[in-house]
Amino acid sequence: MSDQTNNNILDEVTKGEYKFGFYTDIENDLAPRGLTEDTIRFISAKKEEPEWMLEFRLKAFRHWQTLEEPEWAHLHHPPIDFQDIIYFASPKKKPQLNSLDEVDPELLETFDKLGISLDEQKRLSGVAVDAVIDSVSVKTTFQDTLAKHGIIFCSFSEAVKNHPELVKKYMGTVVPYTDNYYAALNSAVFSDGSFCYIPKGVRSPLELSTYFRINAANTGQFERTLIVAEEGGYVSYMEGCTAPMRDENQLHAAIVEIIAMDDAEVKYSTVQNWYPGDKQGKGGVYNFVTKRGLCKGNRSKISWTQVETGSSITWKYPSCVLMGDNSIGEFYSVAVTNNYQQADTGTKMIHLGKNTRSTIISKGISAGRSNNSYRGLVKIMPGAVNSRNFSQCDSLLLGDQCGAHTFPYIDTRNQSSIVEHEATTSKISEDQLFYCNQRGIDTEKAIGLIVNGYAKEVLNKLPMEFAVEAQKLLSITLEGSVG
Amino acid sequence: MLLNIKNLTVAIEGKEIIKGLNLQVNKGEVHAIMGPNGTGKSTLAAAITGREGYEVTEGEIWYKDQNIIEMDADERANLGIFLSFQYPVEIPGVSMTNFMRTAINAQREYRGLPPMPAGEFLKLMEEKKKLVDIHSKLTNRSVNEGFSGGEKKKNEIFQMALLEPTLAILDETDSGLDIDALRTVAKGVNELRSEENAFVVITHYQRLLEYIVPDFVHVMYDGKIVKSGSKNLALELEEKGYEWLKEHSLA
Repeated sequence: MSDQTNNNILDEVTKGEYKFGFYTDIENDLAPRGLTEDTIRFISAKKEEPEWMLEFRLKAFRHWQTLEEPEWAHLHHPPIDFQDIIYFASPKKKPQLNSLDEVDPELLETFDKLGISLDEQKRLSGVAVDAVIDSVSVKTTFQDTLAKHGIIFCSFSEAVKNHPELVKKYMGTVVPYTDNYYAALNSAVFSDGSFCYIPKGVRSPLELSTYFRINAANTGQFERTLIVAEEGGYVSYMEGCTAPMRDENQLHAAIVEIIAMDDAEVKYSTVQNWYPGDKQGKGGVYNFVTKRGLCKGNRSKISWTQVETGSSITWKYPSCVLMGDNSIGEFYSVAVTNNYQQADTGTKMIHLGKNTRSTIISKGISAGRSNNSYRGLVKIMPGAVNSRNFSQCDSLLLGDQCGAHTFPYIDTRNQSSIVEHEATTSKISEDQLFYCNQRGIDTEKAIGLIVNGYAKEVLNKLPMEFAVEAQKLLSITLEGSVG
Repeated sequence: MLLNIKNLTVAIEGKEIIKGLNLQVNKGEVHAIMGPNGTGKSTLAAAITGREGYEVTEGEIWYKDQNIIEMDADERANLGIFLSFQYPVEIPGVSMTNFMRTAINAQREYRGLPPMPAGEFLKLMEEKKKLVDIHSKLTNRSVNEGFSGGEKKKNEIFQMALLEPTLAILDETDSGLDIDALRTVAKGVNELRSEENAFVVITHYQRLLEYIVPDFVHVMYDGKIVKSGSKNLALELEEKGYEWLKEHSLA
């Protein structure tokens, strides 16, 4: 029918509420506002870090000071005052945690509310969790079970203390601090995140996951995660995140590095649900993330699956460097933007080795007055003979005030490789909605059904535990009060 | 009376399509509505089922003793009104099984019933599949995606069988069907006919009515029912053509 009618329906439906916007009142240990060398020394001292780590941070900081904020993304926001941010916040009672009894009950409750149980008795089947609130990891479950297989799964801070040789060997090898503005910032001030090491020939018996929560006001979160899978190792890793509703914007700048040796496979899944800001576009998390995997070994495989529903601004390009011969990189993404959210997200697939293959499936969904961009680079170097890439970028528009943009960059430097790119843009049609309504399904449920159907190819790539969660999240993000 | 349409006027974007139509349907009856293209047959179906953009400017639609003209489409469906679409819509990525389960549970919720257990639902699907001779694999595919014309129409009847409506409107279900598919569709409808439900069958041709025998035939022309009669009216119409009707309506 008329576009007007159609838009009215979508308008009502896309006015959903953020369900994780609560704040937990806990006493915090805060760094002084602002960023100087002293801030970095403060963070490093709080974390009782060795000298080499402080040096790494300071080098990164000095480099960051020489850089300018990038402006090439299709994003608009007022300038960020990096001196007006608190770079470290930690719940005050931070004991050495050996059992759950020692975790602040307020924190346990916080994670319970988020549906993340830190109690191993009540665990999600087969998932080990590292819970990070603001700048510190509060609890990692199932460490003992994993240790029996030789798997190290702990907070990044613990890894610096207990496994310095591994951290020194791999940190910054995939994303050097010189990589970009936010990577330099993260390298200087990173707080906590997860470290995961899969030894040779071991398949992790559990799904590993990290849950990030920003709680304190005016603070930034700078997580850092490092995953190493030795020859023949396998791990599936999941990451989730939320934040309270606040009027001011909060900064999140993360680095994730993955290294896969010969025949190793790492699956990395994200459900990103940072606070997106209110319906007028006030508040929300600025999410600037550098995620990159290095397929270092032959026949290694790294796959990124992401469901991006939160953040007022998303700037994120999980990438694969396919160095080993016959290595495989995959990127599956669903990005939903509503109200005034902006997302500029995609991937880079850099083919270096022979017979390397990459697949990119990106599904953008825009509603309200949001802007959703796919930005991707496929680069095939002269040595990457017989390489292949397939990219598919689809955009779905809900309403007529949102935007969808696609920026594919393709650079092929040999004759034997094949690169394919497909792109579509579509709208939820009034015909589809009426068809569902006529069977008794209300418009809100119908949009959830249609959007989930549209994103199915990607949702199917998520681990079971996450897929159900992600489906609900897609519906909630677009949900509102109909009728 | 199950359905009582009184002096109905319907406009699309300000243009009047239905111009004062009356129709009464009782439980246990099958009514056929015939007429040339562009006389408002599909508009009537859309108005009864509550499609957005079809503005009722005058008149009333009474269904089970309530005037439903202000009701949303999903609520009308939940009250037991079903439309077999002339052009069934594709919904990529949503399996038929998931779609029908969502629909059945939405209707159950409306009636205050708990969701149907998965086992029971699958059993019901198997049973109804046989009714319209639908291929097993079809229910694993996305809604109407890649279905042939015949499969789409059979799929509509399959959905009708699952939802067991009280009032079913079949909008040109016969168009684009070969004779075998037509028979299958008719067989499905005939098996669902009972004293508790009613059918309104919209069609161009008399052919379908050889298989789904109506109790009443109405002829629509220029937004009105201009002639009503028994099933013989369809034959007469077939013989004399719609030109005869024009003269009739002017008379």
